[in-house]
Amino acid sequence: MTLTADTGADTGAKEVAERVRKIREAQDVGVSRAEGWRRRGPLLPALIFMIAVTQVPFLFTLYYSTLSWNLVRPGSRRFVGLNNYLAVIQDSQFWSVAGNTVILIVGVVLISALLGLLIALLLDRAFLGRGAVRTLLITPFLITPVAGALIWKTTILDPNNGILNWVLSLVGIGPVDWIGQFPLAMVMVELIWQWTPFMMLLILAGLTSMPRDQLEAGRVDGATAFQLFRELTLPHLRRFIELGVVLGAVYLVNTFDAIFMMTQGGPGVASANLPFYIYQRAFLGFDMGQAAAMGVVVVIFTMIIASFALRLIFKSFSGKEEAA
Amino acid sequence: MTTTAERITATPDAAPARKKKSRKFSPWGVVAWLAGLGFFFPVFWMVLTSFKQESDAATNPPKLFFVPTLDQYSAVFNQGIGPAMLNSVFATGMSTILVLLLGVPAAFALSLRPVRKTSDALFFFMSTKMLPVVAAILPLYVIVSNIGLLDNIWALVVLYTSMNLPIAIWMMRSFFLEVPGELLEAASLDGASLWRSVREVILPLVSPGIAATALICVIFAWNEFFLAVNLTAVNAQTMPVYLVGFIAGEGQYWAVLSAAATMAALPVILCGWFAQNKLVRGLSFGAIK
Repeated sequence: MTLTADTGADTGAKEVAERVRKIREAQDVGVSRAEGWRRRGPLLPALIFMIAVTQVPFLFTLYYSTLSWNLVRPGSRRFVGLNNYLAVIQDSQFWSVAGNTVILIVGVVLISALLGLLIALLLDRAFLGRGAVRTLLITPFLITPVAGALIWKTTILDPNNGILNWVLSLVGIGPVDWIGQFPLAMVMVELIWQWTPFMMLLILAGLTSMPRDQLEAGRVDGATAFQLFRELTLPHLRRFIELGVVLGAVYLVNTFDAIFMMTQGGPGVASANLPFYIYQRAFLGFDMGQAAAMGVVVVIFTMIIASFALRLIFKSFSGKEEAA
Repeated sequence: MTTTAERITATPDAAPARKKKSRKFSPWGVVAWLAGLGFFFPVFWMVLTSFKQESDAATNPPKLFFVPTLDQYSAVFNQGIGPAMLNSVFATGMSTILVLLLGVPAAFALSLRPVRKTSDALFFFMSTKMLPVVAAILPLYVIVSNIGLLDNIWALVVLYTSMNLPIAIWMMRSFFLEVPGELLEAASLDGASLWRSVREVILPLVSPGIAATALICVIFAWNEFFLAVNLTAVNAQTMPVYLVGFIAGEGQYWAVLSAAATMAALPVILCGWFAQNKLVRGLSFGAIK
């Protein structure tokens, strides 16, 4: 899947020619080095920029996590080793927030993947105005998340004048203080609204790439629609659903906007996730050391999910090349 | 999987093209329309509320019919949405330009004239996107305040560039890979310099892809909130940060709130509608076309 010759995976005349050229270059060290730099040149600015802006802060976070450091008390900075991590582990709020984070990610990803699958199946059929429906459907994913959360919190979920309670009152269900009573669930509802279009788009791309003749053949063989779906469509979609789930999870680890706008993590930490809790600790509690230690924990947590995501993305590239 | 393969070979030349179904009325189409309208409803309601008077906005039962007004839009301009809008435009536009300046050459180096360790470089770029930004916010805050860029829009320009660069490189690389390699060779055989062949042969071919990449960078940069709320205050606040001012007002000023939210959301919704065919490719790092 890589385009460099040193994997030696591909063969063919082009490959041989490339190898001959490489050997010639290797014989003339000066030329090959110059050529190497000429090829590397365009990459270097981006690479250096990314290392400086993204990697250096993480190293600092690691360092901060070993300090006892309160931002508003100058001179309070001192080395405490792993004490911050110990304090984080003993912090019962941290564990309930970590639990919220897992519930939020798993719940939102699974429900929006399921809804996205159903809607994608609907959109895979021809009907009048299909393009318009698709355009309507992707809008929740595009809208500024802060604006979306604000609209949900006020015009839709408000206990007195929210439109949801008005609809429910028509069937005789009394006013419910949605955000007050179910803060985490309501944040999740808003996020599911936002992420279902993402899943739908990925799965729809999978359906579009589905070879039609397979389905035709199955239909000729007398398979029912459900059998066709289970035996042919679902296996084909698996890669797309997996990709949606892991990418969605990686993005949702960072959930902040919806919680900030809708509940501020409250009541207490009932609807806080790790990013929001770290934000509170650092910028409202000014405890840099512990906040940094929690940041490191989040990184480890994310790396576990991300390793799946990276493997899947690389696999889907190589899979495509095999098929071609 | 094996059954799938057998089925393909079993029907070698049947391969009927996707059936051109007549545009007849179908019940599933109605269900799809209902789903689409349902998902769109909060956005519709936001836009509708923004044209109401406050007395029509927060009512029970909600009002569908009312005398429309532009009062709320003039109100948000009086409440200082202008500077926030300009900050958002600047941070989004500048960071997208920087992404393209850094990303197009990098994508080129990772596709058409690949460097050694291409996959290592690609892996590195993507892994930066997977690291949660919350883990970097403390040092970013300290560094930015030490170099005096707190509440300065340039801090966001730099950070948004780093946020979008990995997606842009992956996405543009997938467009570059669609360019036949022989084209570049043919151009160089004709004696064209590398720069000239890139400019005259490659760039015209990939420019639609670059445009789509730019639109997706615009969407992400415009919508970003976490960095903006932590690193800016009054001077450099962007549109999402400006909207925070409306959660404090529990006094139910929903019409003006909706007008502000509409102003914040409209530019990216339009960008996204425009780029919707390339959206999947951006979201999946080019893995899905």
